[in-house]
Amino acid sequence: MTASTVIEALGDFGLLVRLGDTIDLDINRRVHGLATRLEATAPEWIADIVPAYASVAVLIDPDALDSPVSQDSAALEQAERWLREALSADALTEDDAASLSACEIPVCYGGEFGPDLQSLAEQTGLSIDQVIAKHSAAEYRVGLIGFAPGFPYLLGMDPALALPRLATPRTRVPAGSVAIGGAQTGIYPRESPGGWRLIGRTPVSLFDANRQPPARLRPGQRVRFVPVGEEAFEQLRRRPGSGA
Amino acid sequence: MGIKVQQPGMLTTVQDAGRQGWRRYGVGQAGALDAFSYAVGNLLVGNPAGAAGLEMTLSGATLAFEAAARIAITGAEIDAATGDMQLPGWRPIDLPAGSVVKFGPCRRGVRAYLCVSGGLIVPRVLGSASTDLRGGFGGMRGRMLAAGDVLPIGEGFAAQIAEPQVPGWWIDAAPDIDFHRSTVIRVLPGADLCAGQSALFDSSWRIAPASNRQAVRLEGPALSAADQGERISEPVAPGTIQLPPDGQPIVLLADAQTVGGYPRIGHAISADLPRLAQLRPGESVHFVACDPEQARTLQREQRARLARIGYAIAQRMR
Repeated sequence: MTASTVIEALGDFGLLVRLGDTIDLDINRRVHGLATRLEATAPEWIADIVPAYASVAVLIDPDALDSPVSQDSAALEQAERWLREALSADALTEDDAASLSACEIPVCYGGEFGPDLQSLAEQTGLSIDQVIAKHSAAEYRVGLIGFAPGFPYLLGMDPALALPRLATPRTRVPAGSVAIGGAQTGIYPRESPGGWRLIGRTPVSLFDANRQPPARLRPGQRVRFVPVGEEAFEQLRRRPGSGA
Repeated sequence: MGIKVQQPGMLTTVQDAGRQGWRRYGVGQAGALDAFSYAVGNLLVGNPAGAAGLEMTLSGATLAFEAAARIAITGAEIDAATGDMQLPGWRPIDLPAGSVVKFGPCRRGVRAYLCVSGGLIVPRVLGSASTDLRGGFGGMRGRMLAAGDVLPIGEGFAAQIAEPQVPGWWIDAAPDIDFHRSTVIRVLPGADLCAGQSALFDSSWRIAPASNRQAVRLEGPALSAADQGERISEPVAPGTIQLPPDGQPIVLLADAQTVGGYPRIGHAISADLPRLAQLRPGESVHFVACDPEQARTLQREQRARLARIGYAIAQRMR
């Protein structure tokens, strides 16, 4: 545990561990390593473990505590000791998700699937082919999943592609839209309003509440985009198990 | 045998106690926002804790009960009638087969709960029957109720009766739910709360109309954060009080997103979330600072009151 690591309360039954305050691949890797260790050793009264860019929250279920009077404060103290132990093993463990092979996400870039691709190319001074090449060449890591079920925020994008969100968000972004917002890229699992720039679409489902696990991607997982044409997109979309 | 929805009300959803363990995938808790009233409702109809019921918002539904049913209405004070008979809250009510219950506006409070003996039978998704409106799953197909929906009910009440039976006793939910007192919400001061923000505790705040299941939005003096800029997103939880750039605090509720980048100036304590969820747009609220020990004591005391209510009901129903 370094000097800059902070453990603070998250409500009356939660704790938040902060490893940093910037979006940084190394810190994010440590976050997911920590989350993996915590998952492996969690007492049964831990309700949730939530990794984000540079922090992890743990939430306690007070109903799961075997409760005489002072037990829940004892639980908070025990949770803090558990966190500090896991933090002290910081440098040692590679997280689960990183050791999985990279998840390949097929993307059909441009056309009706990527209405913002052209303007993004123009504004970044790249050709459309260069945008596609740079976007699909990188290996990304899921920094966190949030804002909507299964929405992955991917780290590792070529900075040449970075562009702020649209000034006016769309009221309808189609499900599967692959998008760029600021320095990050992500995928909209479900139709929703959205302000990111749409450069393509994936035919595979990012989230299905009836699947186990429900999200296709896990926090910390490595991801690659694989360009596919419209025909392949249609075939993949119709394939059973694509989840579409 | 089920409940047929003739008219769905303003925003009626199937809810239970919510789901835990999925926030790492961006899936929030959902569930009854006034968990206390919902819990009492299940106790009144003899259900196990966690049986699914309906949460009706501001204006309720019209429901036709195909079979005889035992119900309870808790939470907001809501107009409810079957035929000419007014139906009061906080007690078990037995309805004959074919009863149509018309719920009207909430006179006090925002969310009324309808629990039915046997519980509502909907597929459990990610461990819960609750509706996740953002994700479009759970409850009644991930959406609010619509006219024509049929809600199956589990095995519960089977008596043959000709008239509605309404007992003369009821459960008093004070102090947890009490619409005759002004609302004070206890808050754990947040790491981003700075000296210039005592106004959080000194001022009266009004509930803004844009409030919903995701958050209570507040109107009052514009607060400024010590470091006004957005930070990188970190996990949040129901009760987290955020300060967006306009200086008007937002208190997150069960349907809020799981992460956020706004400064967090405090956290409403879990024991006070039911009361918070019953505040109507235009109503006022005060915040009072609290420490973590007090917060957990208050939570324990609330759980103890719920247990005593359960015991009292069991004694009555013997």
